[in-house]
Amino acid sequence: MNEDLIFHFDVDGSDFTSAGQASVQLKKNLRQLGISPDIIRRVSIAMYEGEINMVIHANGGEADVAVTETDITITLRDKGPGIKDIDLAMQEGFSTATDNIRSLGFGAGMGLPNMKRYSDSMEIDSVVGEGTVITMKINL
Amino acid sequence: MKICQIKDLLGAKVICGEDMMDRHVYSACGSDMMSDVLAYVKDQSVLLTGLVNSQVIRTAEMMDMVCIVFVRSKMPSEEMIELAKDSGIALLATDKRLYEACGKLYEGGLRGNGVKK
Ligand SMILES: Nc1ncnc2c1ncn2[C@@H]1O[C@H](COP(=O)(O)OP(=O)(O)O)[C@@H](O)[C@H]1O
Ligand SMILES: [Mg+2]
Repeated sequence: MNEDLIFHFDVDGSDFTSAGQASVQLKKNLRQLGISPDIIRRVSIAMYEGEINMVIHANGGEADVAVTETDITITLRDKGPGIKDIDLAMQEGFSTATDNIRSLGFGAGMGLPNMKRYSDSMEIDSVVGEGTVITMKINL
Repeated sequence: MKICQIKDLLGAKVICGEDMMDRHVYSACGSDMMSDVLAYVKDQSVLLTGLVNSQVIRTAEMMDMVCIVFVRSKMPSEEMIELAKDSGIALLATDKRLYEACGKLYEGGLRGNGVKK
């Protein structure tokens, strides 16, 4: 890799069935770059949980994934309701998801903790009523 | 264990991935909550679940899993089957319930190997 690469994805918030398409695509892109499977798996899971969150909590958003010589940075931006108490949201098991979402297999309150677990650093910038920006970095 | 042994132990039907029956798998997990599955990054090759929607296939794809077993006779949609074929994931269906299906495979030697990073 001689120059930095950026992949951009729009995440449709209207359809739970298609949620995760960006993560599947990203995984394909990373495979083509010859990045190690362990790293790809961590990036993919972090991205997937973030993508699902944008769909179920924020009515969609966008994702930019930058690949450099040293790391992969995922930036997720949405114009959703924002997160009021980030410390609380980060706790395993905390979720505001509806029973309907839970019956679809998500809403266990493990998404943000998983994202943190799989990235080497994670930052959440959120303003209630405006939206959320989450940045995750995974070192190569 | 080979995927064809899972098929035999569970009396399962192969929905797609006939050509993968000789693939070896070394660990499995059973859950209806996808985020719980995603919390264990260590190599898991088989997912047993009673949940049937596209996110099950994508979760398995994110985890590099090679086989999904749907329990309680649940059948995936055409769209899900297409997704699974695209990702090289074999789909099986059994009439057993989750607890029993997991028990049979565990007894057969397929273990959990779940390690949280
Ligand atoms: N992009 C987002 N916009 C608004 N709220 C969010 C967003 N992501 C997460 N949250 C809030 O943080 C909580 C915890 O998120 P998470 O750990 O992924 O669990 P879950 O998605 O299962 O509820 C969510 O229930 C929701 O209230
Ligand atoms: Mg979540």
